[in-house]
Amino acid sequence: MYLYDGIDQRLVDERVAQFRDQTRRFLAGKLSEDDFKALRLRNGLYIQRYAPMLRIAIPYGLLSATQLRTLAGLARRYDRGYGHFSTRQNLQLNWPRLEDVPEMLAELADVQMHAIQTSGNCVRNVTTDPFAGVAADEIVDSFVWCELIRQWSTFNPEFTYLPRKFKIAVSGAAADRAATFVHDIGLHARRDAAGEVGFRVIVGGGLGRAPMIGRVIREFLPWRHLLTYLDAILRVYNRHGRRDNINKARIKILVKERGIERFRAEVDAEWAHLENGPATLTEEEVRRVEGRFTRPAYEALADRPPPRPGAFAAWHRRNVHRHKRPGYAAVTLSLKKTGVAPGDLTAEQMDAVAALAERYSFGELRVTHEQNLVFADVRQDALEALWRELRALGLATPNIGLLSNIIACPGGDFCSLANAKSIPVAEAIQRLFDDLDYLHDIGELDLNISGCMNACGHHHVGHIGILGVDKSGEEWYQVEIGGSQAAPAALGRVIGPAFARHEVPWVVERLIELYLAEREGEAERFVDTVHRIGIEPFKEHVYGHADTPRRHREPVGA
Amino acid sequence: MATLIRRGAIASLSAPEGAGAVLRLEAHEDPAAHAHRLASVARIEVHFPKFGDGRGYSIARLLRERHGYRGELRAVGDVARDNLYFMAQCGFDAFELRAGEDAQEALSAFHDFSEAYQASAARPQPLFRRRRA
Repeated sequence: MYLYDGIDQRLVDERVAQFRDQTRRFLAGKLSEDDFKALRLRNGLYIQRYAPMLRIAIPYGLLSATQLRTLAGLARRYDRGYGHFSTRQNLQLNWPRLEDVPEMLAELADVQMHAIQTSGNCVRNVTTDPFAGVAADEIVDSFVWCELIRQWSTFNPEFTYLPRKFKIAVSGAAADRAATFVHDIGLHARRDAAGEVGFRVIVGGGLGRAPMIGRVIREFLPWRHLLTYLDAILRVYNRHGRRDNINKARIKILVKERGIERFRAEVDAEWAHLENGPATLTEEEVRRVEGRFTRPAYEALADRPPPRPGAFAAWHRRNVHRHKRPGYAAVTLSLKKTGVAPGDLTAEQMDAVAALAERYSFGELRVTHEQNLVFADVRQDALEALWRELRALGLATPNIGLLSNIIACPGGDFCSLANAKSIPVAEAIQRLFDDLDYLHDIGELDLNISGCMNACGHHHVGHIGILGVDKSGEEWYQVEIGGSQAAPAALGRVIGPAFARHEVPWVVERLIELYLAEREGEAERFVDTVHRIGIEPFKEHVYGHADTPRRHREPVGA
Repeated sequence: MATLIRRGAIASLSAPEGAGAVLRLEAHEDPAAHAHRLASVARIEVHFPKFGDGRGYSIARLLRERHGYRGELRAVGDVARDNLYFMAQCGFDAFELRAGEDAQEALSAFHDFSEAYQASAARPQPLFRRRRA
């Protein structure tokens, strides 16, 4: 955990006081609805379909057991006893009362948490690899760089009213588990020939209604220059990003309209003034931030042999991950049990998970962008005991990386932006694919569902992506295949006309059928087959030939 | 009528202004295009067309930090209490509040935060360089 110093704490406390005052002025009629909206969004407060929604920041997804208990308490006292972990590694509470929010923020501040910049047109919570600091392929511990960026972005006076929201992701390992090519800025750590740490800087990626793969603006940016270079990119964007049309206001549109060459030249021209200026990072500062993170007191242990076949081994195979220290492992707690909304956790489960984190993983956990939780530092000799406890809590579904590990936004059940529901679609698919052996046979498959084109469920980068669309007041679902969040990132392609909700599980089944018939060996994943043979055969298998009868129309499992 | 806050105190707009030319910059303008005039103007006004339009913040930093402008820098347009702290950080020292703002309430805005991580016009050194001192 990063532990606040006196100044970190003071700033968060001052933010609570500021928001308390803003809420007071709004309730007293001194702040207009519109102005208050711009301010409350900066504290993660939306007014949703049925009630306000508060989005609490979990900086780079790292959480202590104490913090999780606080979240449980908030969910219990101000909400309906549960919370929703989002694809941005944040926690959303769906039923708080506006009047209570300042008090909720004060309680969060007591455990070094906040809802700062979880919405609004500013730099949002920076996200990273859930295996930061423990991955076997680590280049740097990305948490340290995320915290440096958190401080740089928090209340940055110049970049407080950007044209649109701004999302930064950092990957500190060889494999990109942070989806750096689909963020406004992606930073991927690397070392140059001399061993110096730097970042490949990717700009202009993003999902939403105009999905784009980011472009490399700089192959290697030495670490000292990280913040000044971010300043340069943000300044060009702040001054020149489009403000005339909300749908064209993201940096990806600016990069596309100017072309990466011209955009890079503008950033470099700006950076020429900032390079080596006061915001240039120092070794001392990086060490200081690194030193404020608590580190697990690892013991000298040996790796254990893999488990014998059985239920524990099935879970071990999917949900246990290699650790850089011998004798330890990282464990994913699946929040994707069939019948539970993806990413949802009850207050009781939060308390229980907090207790388990203390007993098994040095009192810390991470939230993943796949809406699961990770215990990063579990002794291998304790895995079986942990598995039994997780099973009792319903958090040991052995489906990480598999089709039923569905990523889904809250959708039309909660969100006022949604065109269609997401959660019942996820559940219907999980019910159809509930045979674990079959799921394992299908192998790795990312299935993502978004309830509207804002793409909070990241459907464009799902191997199978499902998008809720509105057709004259009715909910329909468009299906894409071939997307990928891991490098090389790819956007899915729509297979054809949209489907009714009850047809969606059947469509997934048809896609899987064709894949299983076509794949060349078990190592070829669904997405690999799509990339190898193209989407046409899948289209044909789902929609049928033009001369064959109309496609299946019966409800499945209804 | 709109109220002017200058150097942390309420001033009246009807009070006599200093003599000399006023340079008004719209949000889309590049301060570099006016660099040759900066030494001769009495003040610069930067126009905020909307509460949420943040271009003026960058303009202010460029004027102060790149072009070395030391004279009065006034935010005009849709300028509200809740923008003032960040505007001041970026180098504004005068604020023409939009109609309907409570001037007394607005004065407290300058104390919203007591510290900042970043380098800015108000704090040329970022917090991590000031910690060492």
